[in-house]
Amino acid sequence: MCTTCGCGSGQTLVGGHALRHRRKPGAQVQYRAHEQEAAQVHAHGTMDFGAGPAGAHAPGLSQARMVQIERDILSRNDGYAEENRSYLAAHGIFALNLVSSPGSGKTSLLVKTIAALNNELKLAVIEGDQQTDNDAARIRATGATALQINTGKGCHLDAHMVGRAMEQLQLQDDSLLLIENVGNLVCPASFDLGEAHKVAILSVTEGEDKPLKYPDMFRAADLMLLNKCDLLPYLTFDAELAVANARRVNPDIQVIRTSATSGEGMGEWLEWIRAGCKKAVDRKSIDGR
Amino acid sequence: MHEMSLAEGVLQIIEDSAKAQNFRRVKTVWLEIGQLAGVEVEAMRFCFDAVMRDSVAQGAKLEIVATPGQAWCMDCAATVQVQALYDICPQCGGARLQVTGGNEMRVKELEVE
Ligand SMILES: Nc1nc2c(ncn2[C@@H]2O[C@H](COP(=O)(O)OP(=O)(O)OP(=O)(O)O)[C@@H](O)[C@H]2O)c(=O)[nH]1
Ligand SMILES: [Mg+2]
Ligand SMILES: [Zn+2]
Ligand SMILES: [Zn+2]
Repeated sequence: MCTTCGCGSGQTLVGGHALRHRRKPGAQVQYRAHEQEAAQVHAHGTMDFGAGPAGAHAPGLSQARMVQIERDILSRNDGYAEENRSYLAAHGIFALNLVSSPGSGKTSLLVKTIAALNNELKLAVIEGDQQTDNDAARIRATGATALQINTGKGCHLDAHMVGRAMEQLQLQDDSLLLIENVGNLVCPASFDLGEAHKVAILSVTEGEDKPLKYPDMFRAADLMLLNKCDLLPYLTFDAELAVANARRVNPDIQVIRTSATSGEGMGEWLEWIRAGCKKAVDRKSIDGR
Repeated sequence: MHEMSLAEGVLQIIEDSAKAQNFRRVKTVWLEIGQLAGVEVEAMRFCFDAVMRDSVAQGAKLEIVATPGQAWCMDCAATVQVQALYDICPQCGGARLQVTGGNEMRVKELEVE
């Protein structure tokens, strides 16, 4: 495990290649500039604390002292996320982070979404899974560009991995970036990737109380897709109650009922995406002026 | 919550600060953890010990400062205490609450030498 940025870089693969460090948050972002990478990779797990500036400790004198820190534990991730966000904003790219428990239908919804939007806008997909590139292969079968991140033991995508994936994908201006996070209703809530919105997918076979059991995720999301609604006739799932529970943890959450199988709700979801893409493009031209 | 990732985040901050502030050993780490941050304190202690091994903070004592969950009730126009993110207002029973405190996950202070 990488003790320098916690990214678990020994096991993380971006598009099949090991994840490497290149930059620190706050440093100049140079997307697509890989040349200097090797020089800036730092040695994991080794740090030379003897090499500090002059005025170091006098030998034999052990002086305990207090150091004020006041830093958020996730501050490094948040630094990378801000870099991603400003890159996306400057290029008019609308990015969504799809989060859910395993099997809620993220990839199925993406496949349908891409089939509907592929002729109308430029888009790319980042797929996060611990292992396999099955999901990226499903996306590529639609003709869209997709990059798989394998997090190894990691249970979530972080902003550093996504930043590197963004570079490799060579995102186009005014495009849509869809990020499918690792299936997990816990940690992805805390890791900002720089996206415009988290979209939580809850499928009707999972139980109405999921928003109460995993409140962080439903609080972090701006939109909930209640998926697999085609199965409602066969279940005792109370859709109203599920929505009420989501609103209990997040009064502002928007909800769309969908089915990747029947296509229910897809129109509304696609409209929501189009509106977001338009806003990202408009904002770019205002800020760029 | 994924306390392992959090403990790694703590170590990054400690190592950054060891470089900047030039210290060799950390004796005590104070973390501020909000009651609504979803952090399991016992799991955090366990992961902390494991992650700090072979670092400047190996064997450091972990002190956790718990901050209470607080929310602003729009109906009472008052700050109230809450135990969970989906709690209702303990005064009026309403649900129009905005969390104002208790989400913290911060490294506050270190005792170093
Ligand atoms: N009936 C029905 N089945 C669905 C729907 N959406 C997805 N499924 C099925 O649910 C299963 C899981 O779907 P995926 O799209 O792979 O789910 P996922 O969220 O991407 O899964 P992970 O990436 O493994 O977390 C598949 O067998 C899908 O065919 C739906 O709307 N209705
Ligand atoms: Mg999937
Ligand atoms: Zn995680
Ligand atoms: Zn009240």
